[in-house]
Amino acid sequence: MKSWLALIRPGDWLVVLGSAALVGASIPVFWQGGLADRAIIRQEGRIFAEVDLKASKQFAVSGPLGTTLIAVEPGRARVVADPGPRQYCVRQGWLMRPGEIAICAPNRVSVQIAGRTRVYDSISY
Amino acid sequence: MTQLAVTAEDRRVAWLATAAVGLSLVDAAIPSPLPGVKPGLANIVTLVVLARYGWATAVWVSALRVLAGSLLLGYFLAPGFFLSLTGTTLSLLTLGVARHLPPRWFGPVSLSILAAFAHIGGQLLLARAWLIPHDGVFLLTPVFAGAALVFGTMNGLIAAKLLAETPPSDSADA
Repeated sequence: MKSWLALIRPGDWLVVLGSAALVGASIPVFWQGGLADRAIIRQEGRIFAEVDLKASKQFAVSGPLGTTLIAVEPGRARVVADPGPRQYCVRQGWLMRPGEIAICAPNRVSVQIAGRTRVYDSISY
Repeated sequence: MTQLAVTAEDRRVAWLATAAVGLSLVDAAIPSPLPGVKPGLANIVTLVVLARYGWATAVWVSALRVLAGSLLLGYFLAPGFFLSLTGTTLSLLTLGVARHLPPRWFGPVSLSILAAFAHIGGQLLLARAWLIPHDGVFLLTPVFAGAALVFGTMNGLIAAKLLAETPPSDSADA
């Protein structure tokens, strides 16, 4: 062990510690920078509401089939109830990451999470 | 027709590249929890070559390793090949600059860590620009950077050990 330590020169320690600090510092940059900060609720493709994901709120959006209930909580949002037949958007559960979207197509309502920067989802491509 | 004369330098490069390719194969055989997180053992050869024979030889050995390694592992001209090429190019450029650091203070460990960061940085940028055009790629940056630090340190130590234990010589299999 000692012979291995002898191979590390003073500057090497500096590089190791500096890099470790950099890696540590990169964690919040990359794992929080893209945090969700808004939920965009659309009705018939037009923006119905744009909500900060800070407080808890409920939205009732009406569409051709009835009312879609959307819940917003700090850092996340979901479709609580939808009159659509297949319930895909409801079963998607909580949306937390920027770019995530739940589309209740039959009722023409969608909830999308947006972050600080605009992100694309696979649908964009 | 001119005959290509094989110099001692050519033989040395070939031997060293063979060693590097061998380590690439070992690398590929090690199970990895995440694509892209690899020990990069072949970089040990690059570091030793850089210290012993200079940057130009290191470039030759690395280029041959990327080429032959991809042929042997079957990803020549596949995305992985270009990732490998970009990473290697950037880490060689970094080594080209970093080798001028005062050797009294900065040894193979420093060079290895810097090269590892350049390697993964280049791969991430290429992946973002070409393979996965989505900033989601960067979500894994801390993981990759952490791995680069750990494996960079390990490889640097091994290279330093090899350099310390084998006296400089001109033989091909130094």
